[in-house]
Amino acid sequence: MSILSTRKAEKIDSLAEGGTSLAMDALRRTFRSPVAILGLVIVGLFVILAIISPFIAPKDPYRPYPELKAELTPSNIPGPMPGFLLGSDQNGYDFFSRLLVGAQQTLFVGVFATLIGVAIGMIIGGLAGAFGGWVDSVLMRLTDIMLSVPSLLLAISIAALLPGSQWTVIIAVAMIGVPVFARLLRGAMIAQRSSDHVLAATALGVKRKTIVFRHMLPNSIGPVIVQATLTLATAIIDAAALSFLGLGDSDWRRAEWGLMLGNAQELLSVKPSLAFFPAIAIIVVALGFTLLGESMRESLDPKNRR
Amino acid sequence: MALLDVRDLGVVFKRKGTRPFTAVDGVSFSVEPGQTVGLVGESGSGKSVTSLALMGLLPKRGAEISGSVTFEDTELLTLSDKQLRDRRGRDLGMVFQDPLSSLNPVITIGLQITEVLERHRGMSRKEARVEAAELLDRVGLPDPQRRLDEYPHQHSGGMRQRVLIAIALACRPKLLIADEPTTALDVTIQAQILSLLSDLVSETDTALIMITHDLGIVAGLCDNVNVMYGGRIVERAARHDLFERSRHPYTHGLLQSIPRLNAPRGEPLTPIRGSVSDNIEWEQGCAFAPRCPNATDVCWSEPPELKADDGRMLRCHNPVALGDAVTEGAL
Amino acid sequence: MLRFTVRRLLQAVPTLFVLSILVFAWLRLLPGGPATALLGDKATPERVAAMNAVMGLDDPIVVQYFRFLGRILTGDFGNSLITGDPVMEEVSWAFPATLELSVAAMFLAVLFGIPMGYIAARFRGRFLDNATVVTTLVGVAVPVFFLGFLLKYVFTQEMSLLPPSGRQDVLIDSTRVTGIATLDGLLTGEFDATWDAMLHLILPAVALASIPFAVIVRITRASVLDVQGEDFVRTADSKGLTTQVVRKRHVLRNALLPVSTTIGLQTGLLMSGAVLTEKVFAWGGLGTLLEQAIQQRDYPRLQGLILLFAVVFVLVNLLVDISYAIIDPRVRVR
Repeated sequence: MSILSTRKAEKIDSLAEGGTSLAMDALRRTFRSPVAILGLVIVGLFVILAIISPFIAPKDPYRPYPELKAELTPSNIPGPMPGFLLGSDQNGYDFFSRLLVGAQQTLFVGVFATLIGVAIGMIIGGLAGAFGGWVDSVLMRLTDIMLSVPSLLLAISIAALLPGSQWTVIIAVAMIGVPVFARLLRGAMIAQRSSDHVLAATALGVKRKTIVFRHMLPNSIGPVIVQATLTLATAIIDAAALSFLGLGDSDWRRAEWGLMLGNAQELLSVKPSLAFFPAIAIIVVALGFTLLGESMRESLDPKNRR
Repeated sequence: MALLDVRDLGVVFKRKGTRPFTAVDGVSFSVEPGQTVGLVGESGSGKSVTSLALMGLLPKRGAEISGSVTFEDTELLTLSDKQLRDRRGRDLGMVFQDPLSSLNPVITIGLQITEVLERHRGMSRKEARVEAAELLDRVGLPDPQRRLDEYPHQHSGGMRQRVLIAIALACRPKLLIADEPTTALDVTIQAQILSLLSDLVSETDTALIMITHDLGIVAGLCDNVNVMYGGRIVERAARHDLFERSRHPYTHGLLQSIPRLNAPRGEPLTPIRGSVSDNIEWEQGCAFAPRCPNATDVCWSEPPELKADDGRMLRCHNPVALGDAVTEGAL
Repeated sequence: MLRFTVRRLLQAVPTLFVLSILVFAWLRLLPGGPATALLGDKATPERVAAMNAVMGLDDPIVVQYFRFLGRILTGDFGNSLITGDPVMEEVSWAFPATLELSVAAMFLAVLFGIPMGYIAARFRGRFLDNATVVTTLVGVAVPVFFLGFLLKYVFTQEMSLLPPSGRQDVLIDSTRVTGIATLDGLLTGEFDATWDAMLHLILPAVALASIPFAVIVRITRASVLDVQGEDFVRTADSKGLTTQVVRKRHVLRNALLPVSTTIGLQTGLLMSGAVLTEKVFAWGGLGTLLEQAIQQRDYPRLQGLILLFAVVFVLVNLLVDISYAIIDPRVRVR
């Protein structure tokens, strides 16, 4: 293994050691802690909001309103007025409704960026963990290289190649997670490979395919779930960062918090709340996923098993 | 006048959300200057906790200590942390079970010895180095001068245990506590370390508390033996008395479960059945009752007291009959 | 120690080699290929063909790669499309600014992070500890650039305490020596310039420090808790050493090992954060170059910057490994 990311890699590997044989037990322990419950409540509310927001939004978030447009000048964006709880955004749309609907788009970006990262990472890590040998060496060297590029740079270099769309953002952010998940799953599977039940299955002559899919994969999934929860938080933040750098979705109409925050940066002196509210929303949601993920990780850590 | 007098020592671990756990309960014994005393029991019997309590090394939060520990007229349990640190390492030394993890991996062996000498004997770094090399020589490390600048990972377990003994004895303490000092070592090394320990304590007239689960070690080393079970002392006797005529069924069981070369061929070993997890509370009766071959109804209902019996102390309702014992030579 | 250093250096070579292949391939993944990247989307097919011929893009790909490798090894990354200047020149001009910002941020993160993590561990489970842990979790959840905006808003717009952006007041006359503004003032004796540069540095450095700070606090805390329970700490206590010696020599020295690794890992995040922070504060370093390159799709510059960031990251990790070997004797023999 190359030096550069050895440490990072080791860190990820050590997470994988947690194993999952006592996953249910860990889960039960997780939800005894108030921190985990707070995280779960935040995440739960966010998901509910994402689902129902199109139905509860008081106005259409995707069309300008003449009442708002009338007072809109480059140096003045209307504040709260009757029917428009938070006033207008820079384009004469209802800011409040956009903020609500933003939950949906933000969840969409976060979930798909994470899922794609998990999927590709798990294919790489799963192959490496299942086959070992040179397959393992080559694939792990690849993840080393990916880890050797600072995460945002990795996303930038991918986003810069593709046209500015929502899927560009999702794919670029997903790539950040790929090496992490690959290493995580590989580490967990290697730990599994030498575990007693896998050795027993091998000794009994069970087919490798069966061993991998019945024994190794299911028991390696715990750390991946934890990491995915944590990655959801960073994915949302990274997506916002790409928008901020001008590599985001070029469809400025889309109500997504990261995009709204990125597009509001020039308007701080005119109407700071345009940046402020999406930012707070991102922070709270990211915090929710982080709290949830961290407490799951803590209870999965064998050191904390009691 | 005893060097160390332990009276009614109790240690209760309390932790939020869990039931308080009594690890040590009403333990009393004393150590005369130069004497070697054994503290024997299986893991969970409270022997290590007892030693940590004597040294003041139990965590301040979570462990409640009661009773009294008098060392040369000083009550150790009420000393402040600072006063205790003045005596630890100087008057009381300790050697731990696992030599691999008991030395700081990132500083040199030399510094780990000299820091004690500087602290308690007021030596300069230079003087301390000379003394440290002598100490290493005394514990049988070849080429001590070079060892001073080496790190623990460059040495084997046995070598490291020698270093730890050198550290513990650096300030010529009056009492040395050895907590399973050979458990983590290879059998051949075990014997070397034990003979080193016994030579050193007898040379310097240091009293030794030997904590072990291995009766063989006790047989070769200790003047007096305390057998602990479930946090209490269940039998105390002079070495010969204990091995010739063990009275407590637990001690007896321990001796019976040791394979003997001179046993008749085909004679089965008799292990103690069950495990510590079967114990009942001492408040209800005898903690050993569930595993005891001699247990009767009274053992399940009435806690036995530690009483003088036949020249020893014994905590048992139904001791092993005389004449049933194993002889020391058998070990 | 020397052997160790050389071995580590050699291990970095294959990584950098593969990295160069990826960066080379990256430009070729562009729709239209590198010629289009250089000429812009509106280039006529004739001009693209001419460019391909000039640049040797019709040669076999392996030949092209080794030509590319030869160029970057001599520091030639081509010319920026925006300014027409050699990318290497732009980068070396902007590098000190980013270096100054990153070092200042890491300095703050370490200076406050390690003591806070240590204190939290000492007061484990009590209010101070819980408060610290929650603070660090919030710290990671706040986007760096938003924190930058927030700081800027509070300290420049509301309180007018600090300059809002840039590295130096235009009215200050200073001489460029190293390009590190705070250092140049000291070197040339222009202390007002140093003072001014420091004032400009505070807010961006604080914003950039937030995430490494939070991570360092958490790692230090976890590590101290780990080490506190180690057998050798009990040995140190049993020797009657003073509390200070036990804490400094035995607990902290061991606890800092994982922290030093983390500092290396954080440089990656730091570089990512620097790009964002520089934009907020118009810092004029590598991040600003990168951001312009993104806006204008200046691919030669982007390519050079990505490679440079990766190389710096690799080198920093190398340094961390070596420093690790200095503190931990066990690593050297391995």
